[in-house]
Amino acid sequence: MLVMGKIEQSQGTVILMLEVLLEPFSYPFMLRGMAAAVLAGALCGGIGVYVVLKRMAYVGHGLAHAVLGGAVVSYVMSLNFLVGSTIWGFLCAQLITLTTKKRKIAYDAAIGVITTASFAVGIVLISRYKSFTRDFETALFGNIVGVTSGDLAALAVVTGVVALVLFVAYKHFLFTTFDGDVAQFYGVPTGWVEAMFSLVLAGTIVVSLQVLGVLLIAGATVIPPVSARMLTDSFPRMLMLSAGIGAVCGFLGIYLSYFVDVSSGATIVLVEAGVFAVVMAYSNLSSRLATVRRREPRSAQTVSPADAGSARGSEPVKTEGD
Amino acid sequence: MLHPIPHAYRSGIPLVEVNGLSCGYDKQKVLDKVDLQVMQGDFVGLLGPSGSGKTTLLRSMLGAVDVYEGEVLVDGVGVSQKRPRIGYVPQLETIDWNFPVTVREVVMMGRTMENRLFPWFRREEKELADRMMEQLGILHLAGRHIRELSGGQQQRAFLTRALVSSPSLLLLDEPTSGVDVKTRDDVMHLLHDLNHEGVTIVITTHEINAVAVHLPWLAVLHSDNGAGRVLAEGPPSQVITSEILYQTYGADMPVIHYEGMPIVAESPHRYGRNVGDGEDRTISGHSHTHA
Repeated sequence: MLVMGKIEQSQGTVILMLEVLLEPFSYPFMLRGMAAAVLAGALCGGIGVYVVLKRMAYVGHGLAHAVLGGAVVSYVMSLNFLVGSTIWGFLCAQLITLTTKKRKIAYDAAIGVITTASFAVGIVLISRYKSFTRDFETALFGNIVGVTSGDLAALAVVTGVVALVLFVAYKHFLFTTFDGDVAQFYGVPTGWVEAMFSLVLAGTIVVSLQVLGVLLIAGATVIPPVSARMLTDSFPRMLMLSAGIGAVCGFLGIYLSYFVDVSSGATIVLVEAGVFAVVMAYSNLSSRLATVRRREPRSAQTVSPADAGSARGSEPVKTEGD
Repeated sequence: MLHPIPHAYRSGIPLVEVNGLSCGYDKQKVLDKVDLQVMQGDFVGLLGPSGSGKTTLLRSMLGAVDVYEGEVLVDGVGVSQKRPRIGYVPQLETIDWNFPVTVREVVMMGRTMENRLFPWFRREEKELADRMMEQLGILHLAGRHIRELSGGQQQRAFLTRALVSSPSLLLLDEPTSGVDVKTRDDVMHLLHDLNHEGVTIVITTHEINAVAVHLPWLAVLHSDNGAGRVLAEGPPSQVITSEILYQTYGADMPVIHYEGMPIVAESPHRYGRNVGDGEDRTISGHSHTHA
């Protein structure tokens, strides 16, 4: 009897725990938030691969700021927020590219000039009208609880479009990202590819703002790609891994934020940072192990790291060189 | 270094015609009224000091410069009207070696514009790439990351990328810079082999003894106040002379002949005399003449 009671009791605890763990799923707003976080995480993670490999990590950070200007302008002009901000962000990206055509101005400097100016436009308009302080906070830090089904639909549409563009123009994007100059020599319409990328990036940032906010979006476009890069040497695998890490971290972040009751955008970025730390530790450890293993059989010194053949087998060599 | 098979005579059918070309970037003139003809089956080296416009002349054949005067024709068609089928191999120094791509992925880039409506590569294309990699001896490295290769293998990988689009012309920017002597020898032999198979090649170089004198045809560029010109053109035996080298580099460079091949002999540097770049070298050159 006593044993039965214990079992019943432990069953009860399990059920109680399950109830607690599953609680977030019973609220429609949480479900919407989770879907939004997963989509935004995957989207930013995927696009981020190109951003990071182009060595323009701060364009995400900058464009997110720039888009705030666009958002306020479209509000003042009573335009649709999504369309207005995307166009604004695209124009800012084009302006950045145009500015760097002058050889004396580097890319990071151009980002600093254009996006801060655009951000300032937003701040000026906000301080002039003073009617949307509340929305302003959402714009800065994201507010996943307030995700409407409209927001979710916009996210889904943009994710679909971005995935389609990256798939159809895969070859062109890869070559242009790897070496834009030479791609041009091979006849790749790099101007179009760059413009398309700016548009896709602007759209990504605009629809992800609700989830992550202006200040945190850079984390979602930079951390998953660099984590993925440490795990693989293959471009398509990095793309998949990065989007996957983004999606998983998006889910985990919002799920955790429900229990701890803290800002969801910040939690997502913190989870991503945690993943980065783990991957970093793993890659350091495995490269050290590889060094030890390489030292033991002296005859196989030059062959051993390469022998494994696959990208994963050769990974320690890569990290060692960094 | 000498290739076992002698080069054929110039075919007389021009593949590249540079006619009175003045070009540059951002309104800054780099080349001034340059004339150059590359015949089918040629292997031409563009030689000259840094800043003389070698790379710009190479890029002009790709339509990648601002043309102010004159024209560049490839296969009789202006490069601004129709993009010619050209394989281009960049300087290895310009490659981002941390980029996550395998050798096969790099090679396939050469086919980007062949079936541009398909997001993926066809099986024939992959087979062609495999055949090319096998021919250049890098098929066993196809799955490796590009940084794991040796300098010579890296050069071969980018050469294969240039070849898979079956180009009528192959352009290489400094193919031997930054590689060791053995690799340089391998790369030059490979290029000679390709040339003997009928590929027309133009390269830039500033290695006279190691590269330029082994090529069948040279164009020597010299820049005067920022406007590069072709100073001399012809086989090395005619072009590598003390007079032309003095006009090109502004330094005395004695030329000796070894088995019919011109070699630039460096005058001995005396300890304590400041022999560096540019002007210093000119001074030492003059002192050599006076001696």
